[in-house]
Amino acid sequence: MFYNPYIVFFSCNHPSSTFFPLSRLFYRYRDLAPQLVPLDYTGQPDVRLPYELIGSMPELKDNPFRQRIAEVFSEDGEGNMTLDDFLDMFSVLSEMAPRDLKAYYAFKIYDFNNDDFLCKSDLEKTLNKLTRNELTEEEVRMVCDKVIDEADLDNDGRLSLEDFQHMIVRAPDFLSTFHIRI
Amino acid sequence: DTDSNADSEEESMSEGEMERLKEEVEEKKKIIATMRNKPWRMKRRECQAFVDKFEGALGKGKGKKFYAYKVMMTKKWIKFQRDFENFKTTCIPWERKIKEVESHFGSSVASYFIFLRWMYGMNMVLFGLTFGLVVIPEVLMGLPYGSIPRKTVPRAEQATAQDYSVLMDFNGYCKYSVLFYGYYNNQRTIGLLKFRLPLSYLMVGVGTFGYSLMVVIRTMAKNADVGGGDGDEGEFTFSWKMFTSWDYLIGNAETADNKYASITTSFKESIVDEQENQKDENIHLRRFLRVLANLMIICCLGGSGYLIFFVVKRSQEFANRDDLSWYEKNELELIMSLLGLVCPPLFETIAELEEYHPRIALKWQLGRIFALFLGNLYTFLFALFDEVNNKLEEEKSIRNASIWALKEYYANFTLHNNDSEATAPPIDPADVIRGPCWETAVGIEFVKLTVSDIQVTYLTILIGDFARAVIVRFLNYCWCWDLEATYPSYGEFDISGNVLGLVFNQGMIWMGAFYAPGLVGINVLRLLSSMYYQCWAVMATNVPHERVFKASKSNNFYMGLLLLILFLSLLPVVYTIMTLPPSFDCGPFSGKAKMFDVIMETIDLDLPAFLGTLFSYAANPGLIIPAVLLMVGDNEQYQHMSAVPVCFCVDEVSAKWHHAYSPVTPVT
Repeated sequence: MFYNPYIVFFSCNHPSSTFFPLSRLFYRYRDLAPQLVPLDYTGQPDVRLPYELIGSMPELKDNPFRQRIAEVFSEDGEGNMTLDDFLDMFSVLSEMAPRDLKAYYAFKIYDFNNDDFLCKSDLEKTLNKLTRNELTEEEVRMVCDKVIDEADLDNDGRLSLEDFQHMIVRAPDFLSTFHIRI
Repeated sequence: DTDSNADSEEESMSEGEMERLKEEVEEKKKIIATMRNKPWRMKRRECQAFVDKFEGALGKGKGKKFYAYKVMMTKKWIKFQRDFENFKTTCIPWERKIKEVESHFGSSVASYFIFLRWMYGMNMVLFGLTFGLVVIPEVLMGLPYGSIPRKTVPRAEQATAQDYSVLMDFNGYCKYSVLFYGYYNNQRTIGLLKFRLPLSYLMVGVGTFGYSLMVVIRTMAKNADVGGGDGDEGEFTFSWKMFTSWDYLIGNAETADNKYASITTSFKESIVDEQENQKDENIHLRRFLRVLANLMIICCLGGSGYLIFFVVKRSQEFANRDDLSWYEKNELELIMSLLGLVCPPLFETIAELEEYHPRIALKWQLGRIFALFLGNLYTFLFALFDEVNNKLEEEKSIRNASIWALKEYYANFTLHNNDSEATAPPIDPADVIRGPCWETAVGIEFVKLTVSDIQVTYLTILIGDFARAVIVRFLNYCWCWDLEATYPSYGEFDISGNVLGLVFNQGMIWMGAFYAPGLVGINVLRLLSSMYYQCWAVMATNVPHERVFKASKSNNFYMGLLLLILFLSLLPVVYTIMTLPPSFDCGPFSGKAKMFDVIMETIDLDLPAFLGTLFSYAANPGLIIPAVLLMVGDNEQYQHMSAVPVCFCVDEVSAKWHHAYSPVTPVT
């Protein structure tokens, strides 16, 4: 969140004014559960919205990876998000975020088993989520083999963060697709 | 992006302040450079320190409002640019429809619809040219219906002129309307504006070809520019597909459904490509089989060519006899239709020997059916020219007859009228003897062909696809075998047949537009309704191909076919303009020896004298040949230059893939 002074500004609890877009984000967060989220955040309340509320937001509800997104950005790793987590999430996914930052978080999102590597099972899960299980097993296997073939630079049969970053920064569509507008 | 904000601030401040800001920016850059590589959340203490350090930029102290205003304007500008891009994409017609087809049926089927849309655009321009410069002036400023012989239905035909069957044949009132060449008057200038209609008619006729040629070549150049290779030769094809194909902006269930379908299709296409690459078989056997298949197909084509030739000869003999059976009367049409129905599936079956990649097999299929249809074209032109020559013969005798009849009329009048001073009233236009007007006859043939082509296409879709789908769906409940899974099942979209239909149809339009200006309008309507009708038919009654394959990156193959047909249709029209004499009593060139005499007349009468001598020097072959060579050379170069973007461009469509979907609208 450091790259955007406004985000920093807000999270340090300076009074918000109508210029700063962050007040809008706060109200979106609050609208998910008005009875849980207080208007006054000066006391640093420990409020965590459960994953079900986050996952039903219109921006996320059709995304096949919404669960993973919530898990990656939440403090507890279960998808239950505090306001800070919420702001983090939308910062990284906004237009302004730098490419490297997005690549880092994309890697974490697609790493289903959280072992810091994209192994075959991670790739298979990603593919099945993308195609809603329409491809045959043979086809899935073939695609995953090809992906590892293409991107694995250190030949360990799985993609590390470096492999992933090396591949994704060259992708022409990455910045425009890994983007949520709120 | 804090740097860019700081830079824009620099322009509006004094030297000293600029220096100070530059220092601050440098410091900020250093900090950000170190922090950049370690994404971590900052705690409040560090926040406070950060804020205190960069007070000015963050909005405390002087310049706060101005700076914040600048940032807000920058954001608004970015948003505006994004919205404008979205707006431009939504302006492209049928974009959503085609995306939907693409997501369910793959890019090769969608390429047909993109081609159709491109054709529609080109035809709209031709329509605008023709109607604006030829039809509207004649309607507004020319003489009305019934005033001169060429604009009136002859007395003999007036009884039946309104009959439905006569109108369907484009006789009667249709024949003597702006739709056809014969209606136009040969007055050199008409109306207050002194609009030179005959010149305009000729220029529009030639301009149609010129514009079409320019547009086709420009599109080919643009496609060749933008990575015109076949297949996707990316380093990270599958990786990028896996990690960048989902558009996180999607917030609509239907859009998401389409996106899932298109991602699946896209993966399947790439898998097919990959499997083709991995295949390694006996090269010699494959080569032998391919040579064999080509030999068989050449035999088929030769056989059908000879059959057509034979049948045309027979029909010429039949024209002289009167006692013909139904079969003999329609033999030519029957044989042509049979060939058109039987040969394409035959070619497809033979092509299975060749085992090409589906994309390449499609190209071969297209080429072969193209060769077959050329036979049809040859027959049609042959028959047409026969008719034209007959009419020219007829005209000579009628011309003498009509001059003689006019003299008779005046002689009779002075005979029966004792008052020798009175002049005879002009003959009623309906009674004047008419020449055969071969140009209108040719125009009628083209219009009839186009209309019957439309009818056949629509009926084929209705019966071959829709009725079949309905039968399979509902009969399946009470049939012995599974209709859906085995035979006949649902139809697949026939890409090659449809593309060739479109290309040949356009060839007919180009040939016929000179003789029937209304034909372009009919074609525009046809393309418009085709788009909706075929989109509906494809989504409702077709199933995706078993092996979905990606269309080649450029549409240049279709464009190449179109270019070939353009040249083929240019030749007959140029021949008639240059060689055949126009009819003496109908059309804008009546009374002249050759149609292009209009240009000579204009140069002599309208342009200053020195231009006339200039043109006569320029018409020297010694100058024309180098000029033509230069133009050809220019075109070659043009192919390698980047061209001005054409509205309906294949690659723009594919590049703007994500932005076609509506952005999520915020809840607040």
